[in-house]
Amino acid sequence: MSDTLGNGHHGPTATWQNLRLRAALLQRVRTFFEQRGFLEVETPILSDDTVVDRHLDPFFTEVPGRPGNAPRRLWLQTSPEFAMKRLLAAGGEAIYQIARVFRREEEGSLHNPEFTMVEWYRTEEGLDAGMQRTAELCEVLLERGPAERISYAEAFERHVGVDPHTAEVAQLNEVLQRCGVAPPETLSPDDRDARLDLLLVERVQPHLGVGRPVLLYDYPASQAALARVRPQEPPVAERFELYVSGIELANGYHELLDPEELRRRNAAANALRRRDGKQPLPEQSRLLAAMQAGLPPAVGVSLGFDRVVMLAAAAKGLAEVMAFPFARA
Amino acid sequence: MASYSTSDFRKGLKVQMDGDPYLMIECNFVKPGKGQALYKCKLRNLIRNTVIDRTYKSGDSIEAADIQEINAQYLYRQGDQFVFMDNESYEQYELAREQVDDGWRYLKEGMVCSMLLFNGSPIGVTPPNHVVLKVEYCEPGAKGNTATNVTKPCKVETDTEFDCPSFVEIGDLIRIDTRTGQYIERVKE
Repeated sequence: MSDTLGNGHHGPTATWQNLRLRAALLQRVRTFFEQRGFLEVETPILSDDTVVDRHLDPFFTEVPGRPGNAPRRLWLQTSPEFAMKRLLAAGGEAIYQIARVFRREEEGSLHNPEFTMVEWYRTEEGLDAGMQRTAELCEVLLERGPAERISYAEAFERHVGVDPHTAEVAQLNEVLQRCGVAPPETLSPDDRDARLDLLLVERVQPHLGVGRPVLLYDYPASQAALARVRPQEPPVAERFELYVSGIELANGYHELLDPEELRRRNAAANALRRRDGKQPLPEQSRLLAAMQAGLPPAVGVSLGFDRVVMLAAAAKGLAEVMAFPFARA
Repeated sequence: MASYSTSDFRKGLKVQMDGDPYLMIECNFVKPGKGQALYKCKLRNLIRNTVIDRTYKSGDSIEAADIQEINAQYLYRQGDQFVFMDNESYEQYELAREQVDDGWRYLKEGMVCSMLLFNGSPIGVTPPNHVVLKVEYCEPGAKGNTATNVTKPCKVETDTEFDCPSFVEIGDLIRIDTRTGQYIERVKE
């Protein structure tokens, strides 16, 4: 305990050793992108726009509007995605950002409501190149060897014996029961994705990236978020995630370019939010305007930096690598 | 009735399900990056002592349990009933043998225990961590043997036996850890 910075609740939860490691890894991230010709950018933390996702709950603050107008509501970014894509639409080709992002009610050993995200975009590249660069960065930061690529369908077939793209709810319920996973009693009977999430978290994810890192790719089309969907049978979302030691570290998209499709997804996400008893989020955004003006094809990836530090430090939770986690913020 | 929603979930929460009180002994937040937030909880049934696993999604809630912890003095035993008194209200409570569980082995008149009340009725009692009991019978030990690794059963005043080192003799006072049932040491009057 001699390496901790202080006692009592005013002191940090990380050791100096881990804070030094954190700084060194941050440096490595910058060097990695600089060597590959990426430009470091900064975009607003407070924005009129926010990602519309069924399961992401942003913080907001309000400032007085012009006389006679409603207050201006500003969202704390859940990721710098919208602003960075607006930079792509304005001619950015290879950009990265080390951003503070904020998500309500996400607190646990692997979650802190405020965290550091490394996000990057590269135009004219697709899923394959995106995965390649993600694996390279992972190797530079964690040195766990070359990543293995496993499709979402292969992983489900291997670890829970079901086809995640075609299985109906009834079949997923049987699989959950066979695997000894009890779903929340309040789970809505038609929510396929929540059942896939449960299987992923409980029975698939723990096997991913044990030994070599794993890139999980080609997600169900219903979980496309802001990725494009590849029309095949069954259609898949051109999306991937990086796993190390069973922990999800990064998420990448071959980016959706079609503004009409984004409108539809925003409306669908808000319909589900209302059904879940959550507040709907603004469907109009400057990103939509940028997409209408024309977004170049690109791959975008975000990496949870705190989790990377945690794994590099062989720590058990994020608090060990953050000076002041939420409970002490 | 008050209830707790997932954002209140934490270790130590006392909740009620199907009429039984539960203590939340573990709560882990898990969330796939783009998916449903889940709270994986372990809950101990405070009556049956069984542990169950339950998974909740964000926004779910559980009814709060009316649980009170009081200091209760052990008065006497009547057949299979153990009679205690609330030290503040002087209210008396009777607990059945299965509610007292292993605790009966340590109960001496006047001993102050911690008692849990659920909706005003006792559901369990915990004796102090350490109690001193008098040895009523044991086989004589080998003279001069001070080793603590050789043990023998010793019957104590509460009509039960504990394993003690062989040097313990009839009339000795011994300290027992009630959480493990282990002998700790011999004590002087």
